[in-house]
Amino acid sequence: MAKIKLSERKIQELKEVCKSFNNEKGELINVLHKAQGLFGYLPAEVQEVIAKELNVSVAHVYGVVTFYSFFTMVPKGEHPISICLGTACYVRGAEKVLEEFKRILNVQVGETTSDGKFSLSCLRCVGACGLAPVVMVGEKVYGRVSPDGVKDIVAEYRS
Amino acid sequence: MAKKQLRIALRNCGVIDPERIEEYIERDGYQALGKVLTELSPEATIEIIKKSGLRGRGGGGFSTGLKWEITRKVQADQKYVVCNADEGDPGAFMDRSVLEGDPHSVLEAMAINGYCTGASKGLVYIRAEYPLAIERLKIAMKQAREWGFLGEDILGTGFSFDVEIRYGAGAFVCGEETALIHSMEGLRGEPTVKPPFPSESGYLGKPTNVNNVETYANIPVIINKGWEWFAGIGTEKSKGTKVFALAGKINNVGLIEVPMGTTLREVIYDIGGGLQDGAAFKAVQTGGPSGGCLMEKHLDVPIDYDNLIAAGSMMGSGGMIVMDDSNCMVSIAKFYLDFTVEESCGKCSPCRIGNKRLNELLDKITKGNGTMEDLDKLRNLSTVIKETSLCGLGQSSPNPVLSTLENFYDEYYEHVTAKKCRSNVCKSLMMYIIDAEKCIGCTLCARNCPVNAITGERKQAHYIDPEKCIKCGACMEKCKFSAIFIN
Amino acid sequence: MIKLTIDGKQVEVEKDITILKAAKTVGIDIPTLCYFELRDMNIENRPGGCRICVVEIKGRRNLAPACSTKVENGIEVNTHNIRVLNARRTVLELILSDHPAECLTCAKNGNCELQSMAQQLGVRELPYQGEQSTYRKDTSPAIIRDIDKCIMCRRCEMMCNEVQTVGALSAINRGFMAVVAPAFEMNLEKSSCTYCGQCVSVCPTGALTEVDHSRNVINALADPAKTVVVQTAPAVRAALGEEFGLEPGTLVTGKMVAALRRLGFDYVFDTDFAADLTIMEEGSELLDRLSRYLKGDKSVKLPILTSCCPGWVNFFEHNFPEMRDIPSTAKSPQQMFGPIAKEYFGKKLGIDRKNMIVVSIMPCLAKKYECQRDEFKVNGDPDVNFSLSTRELAHLIKASNIDFNSLPEEEFDNPLGESTGASVIFGTTGGVIEAACRTAYELYTGKKLEKVDFMELRGFENIRHATIDFDGLPINIGIAHGLGNARKLLEDIKDGKSEFHAIEIMACPGGCIGGGGQPYHFGDSEILKKRAAAVYQEDAGKTIRKSHENPFIIQLYKEFLGKPLGEKSHHLLHTKYFDKSASVFVEE
Repeated sequence: MAKIKLSERKIQELKEVCKSFNNEKGELINVLHKAQGLFGYLPAEVQEVIAKELNVSVAHVYGVVTFYSFFTMVPKGEHPISICLGTACYVRGAEKVLEEFKRILNVQVGETTSDGKFSLSCLRCVGACGLAPVVMVGEKVYGRVSPDGVKDIVAEYRS
Repeated sequence: MAKKQLRIALRNCGVIDPERIEEYIERDGYQALGKVLTELSPEATIEIIKKSGLRGRGGGGFSTGLKWEITRKVQADQKYVVCNADEGDPGAFMDRSVLEGDPHSVLEAMAINGYCTGASKGLVYIRAEYPLAIERLKIAMKQAREWGFLGEDILGTGFSFDVEIRYGAGAFVCGEETALIHSMEGLRGEPTVKPPFPSESGYLGKPTNVNNVETYANIPVIINKGWEWFAGIGTEKSKGTKVFALAGKINNVGLIEVPMGTTLREVIYDIGGGLQDGAAFKAVQTGGPSGGCLMEKHLDVPIDYDNLIAAGSMMGSGGMIVMDDSNCMVSIAKFYLDFTVEESCGKCSPCRIGNKRLNELLDKITKGNGTMEDLDKLRNLSTVIKETSLCGLGQSSPNPVLSTLENFYDEYYEHVTAKKCRSNVCKSLMMYIIDAEKCIGCTLCARNCPVNAITGERKQAHYIDPEKCIKCGACMEKCKFSAIFIN
Repeated sequence: MIKLTIDGKQVEVEKDITILKAAKTVGIDIPTLCYFELRDMNIENRPGGCRICVVEIKGRRNLAPACSTKVENGIEVNTHNIRVLNARRTVLELILSDHPAECLTCAKNGNCELQSMAQQLGVRELPYQGEQSTYRKDTSPAIIRDIDKCIMCRRCEMMCNEVQTVGALSAINRGFMAVVAPAFEMNLEKSSCTYCGQCVSVCPTGALTEVDHSRNVINALADPAKTVVVQTAPAVRAALGEEFGLEPGTLVTGKMVAALRRLGFDYVFDTDFAADLTIMEEGSELLDRLSRYLKGDKSVKLPILTSCCPGWVNFFEHNFPEMRDIPSTAKSPQQMFGPIAKEYFGKKLGIDRKNMIVVSIMPCLAKKYECQRDEFKVNGDPDVNFSLSTRELAHLIKASNIDFNSLPEEEFDNPLGESTGASVIFGTTGGVIEAACRTAYELYTGKKLEKVDFMELRGFENIRHATIDFDGLPINIGIAHGLGNARKLLEDIKDGKSEFHAIEIMACPGGCIGGGGQPYHFGDSEILKKRAAAVYQEDAGKTIRKSHENPFIIQLYKEFLGKPLGEKSHHLLHTKYFDKSASVFVEE
């Protein structure tokens, strides 16, 4: 596993996060949310610091991180693209949209493009079924996306 | 869309500014809490909820009043009430709408629940993917505290109650209450064997009452208008209304709320405006990954908990997806199994391995390699997974398979024997063919084929090599003479 | 009392017990896989995950897991109707469909609970086949993880976390890829694993097994240039017989010695001899600290903690490094034996240490790691070359066509084969401290100990304490077996709440008789009790029962070591401990 040296300042910040939850082990998931907000992902080093602060085993932290799909140990792209594969989107052809993204970006689901610009992921229902099929780029929601429209979405962020 | 609808849970959604408590109060907000705290004993309040016939809207359909009563009767120094807002069914978003549009109704109901069960602390377990709902909830909590509806000595009655937020992190199984509780404790969201039920031993081992958002949203109205009113709506065993998220190949997509007992036909045609482009109705899926696909013959079934189960589906949290002829039912079953396989926690073997095997069998069938024996295997395996899984997820995950096998057996049969997908969804079973009569040899298709599967001389009929064809459909789209068809 | 029927039989049982246990009372054994219990030791694993034990309860929609469903008045349970049998078999077929069919070459072949279950339920084919979950294989100095074979029973996770509080293992991932592993799926060697081996001792399949060193031993035995010396730990003789069909608790000391000779070992010695030596050093250290303390020396660290258990040593090095000056510095018997064999016995015979191979037979897996530690090597040559578990020795005997049960009883070789009753009881929880008391009492008071049996120190309770009267001086003794219990005593010391003078700690529940290298007990705590009884039986049968009366020990000090805690002892018999809490990833 590649070793990333966290800066002293970032570690301190992380410890502050743990402290804000009283270093309570029951708050692990809240702490992980904050930590992922801080680092963009949850590298092993971060999990180790959290384990120590919350007085739980690092195996336990890793067990929790790998249980929940929201948590990731892989840094995301600059523009994370998520395709909704909820039922409403699925029946309206979200799979074809996904295929198109894979083709255009030349990555598989869960991967990041080599230039670090885009990462591709699937999610289950963002609660915008009226707009199906739905694609999210960062926080921005695109509705009624067709395979043809994919290249335009990507182009918006390419420049 | 208003016709035939009755909005109880959604009464304030879109009507009030959810960020202003004043508007909620204007619409009788916090009146129920006041009434309960000053005029009613916890027992009397529970009695009202019991008599109203309200059942859990999260899927199971357990009597809400009974649940409260059980929690009340357990002796403990500390109890908790929890709001399950971990809406995970793909295609259902009513919890989000209520929290975004009417967060106070949930807070008010939780406080009433706390009073009834003897809990001073409430927890809302909400999906982290719902930032707006979280924001509005936080605002509502702050305002409720300022107005004295939450916190110490509420309305001067000596009753204290406050609410905290806990975040989900993307695990469907956390909708199951024991899994949800473990998740709130900072653990993997794995369910445990019930009993003991959370009402006896829940969060941190204390009695815990878990209800979902929509269930809570009904509570204040029942208190204000009386149980008789509520019990007068609906069917014999399912009272009140149900919110559905109507989606799929239907004209009017969105949230609807109808009295229990409304038929699927009324929902789909009268409220939903029928299918898009006048397409023929094929199936409606209710209950999400735990539910099933119902067909034409079920359209006049009055919707309630028991009727849906009898028909082989489930109320679930209220997803309702309408499908037409372009949806392959084997693929739909596989879609749900994909979901289950991804969301199974992995704790018990039938769910962890069984659903994977179910999914592989479905995959085999959609690829044209299925046998009649596989259909028997699907059925047997589904039955065992249902009977032996640890929690509700595994106990209901085969429903999409069983219901499609029951209602759309012909399609399975065709996939297996004729290697045919009548909806042209299963790629492996599709063959793109050029009609030699219609083809004029313009070469457009050949030039657009990404894998050079099309050959033919200029002005001569072209031919698609089925070995090379990847069934992308580009040729068919480009052909100006409708010479390409799918067999 | 609760009345119910099980398979048509009327059953009356106490409330709050499970259907599984209720069925047992009327002779119905419902098969289980993930369920695990060590009765009277507070160890239970009941995740309700495997679903093998499902039964039908009349009127209920689904089948119920017998291991975690409590009895209720009036219920009618059926444990083997066609619905149940079909479901149970299908569940097993599913588990097998995600399990490598490598039985013939699996270390657990013949001892595998999954294999037995397939046999019991008569699985002949696998109707549901498909992708198998696969993971990286991991070999550490003591334990091999081949988790393709993991069936998610979670026993190891329970042992590692709840019983041992080591926290090296956790369930990871979700769904089909869920499995039990260390953090980041890193090698066990990098984790906080203590190699106590309790995960191995409860694993129902071949997912967790010991590293097999028997091949190395066979090679050494075949090498004419090597003098191969073997030492056997006290707990081995109380359990080895089980591998040959003998009743648990049968002492097989003499046959074991005979078997080792037939295997070709040049000298068959006893770790018990080294255990007597340990008592001399550790007991003296206790007395030294105690007398300095009584004289008012405030720098003295009390309580003194025993240090003969390598799993325990690993545990405090990882978890309580700041307290590593509290345990006795005495090496474990295995590691005392090594230098005595090579530096004293070997030199006497004129054998260079490079040409002497010391093999230990241990009930333990942590010993495999211990003998590989750098501080126990001289110029790269380990004091103890290889450590075999009781199970590995049994395999070796079987593979060598030795009919164990018809072997004559033979005696250990001298001088390192002579031992006292005190050293034998090292094999069970409480034994080390009892042995220490026998010697320390006489050394301290100068009087003869009237009654050598300290019954108050014996038993299986998780944490025990007793006050021993040293002729007017009350000595407070604490005993913990299982690392979770040890942790509690350590926390007390840390908080300054401990009132003990000396504490014995054994990593494994029951002490060495329940070690990770012993024949599998399959959750039968009676087996552990019988092994403990056997150890006490051997002690009672010995003429010499105090370590300091061992004539060869006396001779060893006279000829070679000088005196306990002397310079030579310090050099050969004492060690130091390391801080292993440092992060694997973050440099601080």
